[in-house]
Amino acid sequence: MKILVGYKRVVDYNVRIQVKPDGTGVVTDGVKLSANPFDDIALEEALRLREKGVATEVVVVGIGPADLTAHLRNGLAMGANRAIHVVTADAVQPLTAARVFLKLIEKEQPGLVVLGKQAIDDDANQTGQMLAALWDRPQATFASKVEITDGKATVTREVDAGLEVIEAELPAVITTDLRLNEPRFIKLPDIMKAKSKPIDSIELGSLGVEAHDHLKTTHYAAPAKRSKGVMVKDAAELVAALKQKGLL
Amino acid sequence: MSKILVIAEHLGDKLNSSTARAVSAAAAVKPDTIDVLVLSDAPDAIAAEAAKIDGVSRVLTVARPENVHALAAVLAPQIAKAAAGYSHVFVPSTTFGKDVAPRVAALLGVAQVSDVMSVEAAHSFKRPIYAGNAIITVEADANHTVVATIRSASWAAAGNAASSAPIEALAIDNVTLPTHTRFVELKQGSSDRPDLQSAGKVVSGGRGVGSKENFEIIYKFADRIGAAVGASRAAVDAGYVPSEMQVGQTGKIIAPELYMAIGISGAIQHLTGIKDAGTIVAINKDGEAPIFEIADIGLVGDLFKLIPELEQALG
Ligand SMILES: Cc1cc2nc3c(=O)[nH]c(=O)nc-3n(C[C@H](O)[C@H](O)[C@H](O)COP(=O)(O)OP(=O)(O)OC[C@H]3O[C@@H](n4cnc5c(N)ncnc54)[C@H](O)[C@@H]3O)c2cc1C
Ligand SMILES: Nc1ncnc2c1ncn2[C@@H]1O[C@H](COP(=O)(O)O)[C@@H](O)[C@H]1O
Repeated sequence: MKILVGYKRVVDYNVRIQVKPDGTGVVTDGVKLSANPFDDIALEEALRLREKGVATEVVVVGIGPADLTAHLRNGLAMGANRAIHVVTADAVQPLTAARVFLKLIEKEQPGLVVLGKQAIDDDANQTGQMLAALWDRPQATFASKVEITDGKATVTREVDAGLEVIEAELPAVITTDLRLNEPRFIKLPDIMKAKSKPIDSIELGSLGVEAHDHLKTTHYAAPAKRSKGVMVKDAAELVAALKQKGLL
Repeated sequence: MSKILVIAEHLGDKLNSSTARAVSAAAAVKPDTIDVLVLSDAPDAIAAEAAKIDGVSRVLTVARPENVHALAAVLAPQIAKAAAGYSHVFVPSTTFGKDVAPRVAALLGVAQVSDVMSVEAAHSFKRPIYAGNAIITVEADANHTVVATIRSASWAAAGNAASSAPIEALAIDNVTLPTHTRFVELKQGSSDRPDLQSAGKVVSGGRGVGSKENFEIIYKFADRIGAAVGASRAAVDAGYVPSEMQVGQTGKIIAPELYMAIGISGAIQHLTGIKDAGTIVAINKDGEAPIFEIADIGLVGDLFKLIPELEQALG
């Protein structure tokens, strides 16, 4: 079985995002870029399935600009067999990303597609669900445990009420939550090995995807600031302050 | 003119308060109608509750045995069918809505607006990106149905109406529901404490609490003031508490009147979950902890010493 893994590059989660004063975007010049944390988890899960003998091949997919190759090499160094780079200068919205994945699925015929539950730049949390709909296959979102047996995935999902377990026939789309696994670190020899692994480049325009974005972002703003608080010196003062606000 | 379909969220036969919050967001569009759709195997009790929400024009029910559990693959085709004729489909931005709404949007061939914080106009919305560190205004295409998830913490629940809205059964024909996805079980933490997502007061513990056993002190204090209990990701990862208690970017986004962060450093991913709280109290032994930058009231000290003192001060 082949596994396709979404491997998006985003602003590193440690970067404190600044909105440009003119409201046209956020400052991304010179900031550190990394793999979306959920996608590292997705890749780790796919690699573990390969190590268990459930999967035979792990393919990382990145949709983005020409310089994405260095990022995809990281995915190869982590252990993916090969990479597909869908080249586009513009950021794609989830529906377009899902349509791109569907085209790749038609070609690659994977048994499983593992994506992150959300990309931490747009925080959309949509692509996996949209892909599953377009593909007309099961989705198991927010996974914290995955078991594959007899052509089906048994997935534990982190939901508001607790942990939900569902069964999904393969092929299926799984999206990862943070507690699914802890991604491995890349070792130096693996970086060397990754240099000879293949990266297929495909122009987004050549896939025949309807790349019409329905949503336009017209303005960026910094979030409302909370006003500076006060410090109290002891428990009695805290209780008094909360009582005064009518909170206790 | 706008016609909005709000998808009811429920667990078993109880309507979730996220539904009334989504109705508030729908009302902000100033639509002609707001209909609520209830999909269940037995929708009557849920529909009766939904019919009481102020602003609701009609409650539509789809009763099918397949709807006994909220499986996105099963619900989405029905919602997509029911959406015909509506300008907007609003779904709570809970794990339920985040799971099903994009599947509906894709079936309709439209984009989705995630986590609507405010409605600027019928096709213009504000939503957070980068863990809430930027707020964007997005314009949706007026020629397409708007599918949106509604960030519960940004909207107060619509109140009760003077009289109940009519309830009608909706026949959805010609949709074959998939059987490729099956519910196995829901492991629910049983707790008599207030629900984390709708509670007026929340006490959260972090890594500083130190262990599962130590967390009892957080529970005890929360019970004392009638609060729900939450946690940081570090506390969940360390196994002190179950995952449904996580507050933050990837956990629950909440807006209680009072939020008390105890032994939590205040990472941005945690703060994202509490930015809309009324009053934030921080208790941390490290006076330099970032949580104090956003806390309304801060107290520096050891939680194991301070919590008993707080209980004492409560009298
Ligand atoms: C993609 C992504 C998503 C994330 N999503 C979330 C999320 O949804 N929610 C979330 O919470 N985190 C999330 N995180 C993790 C986040 O970055 C932090 O690691 C986490 O919030 C830290 O938890 P903490 O404050 O409990 O632990 P720490 O940062 O270790 O802080 C513990 C605090 O306890 C204090 N302390 C220790 N002992 C005592 C004592 N005896 N008395 C008083 N104070 C004491 C310490 O001074 C310290 O400030 C996410 C991270 C990533 C990368
Ligand atoms: N441009 C992209 N390149 C690769 N994977 C992507 C891209 N956009 C979305 N994805 C995948 O879809 C997941 C969810 O993204 P989103 O719906 O944008 O929150 C990500 O974690 C990725 O796995």
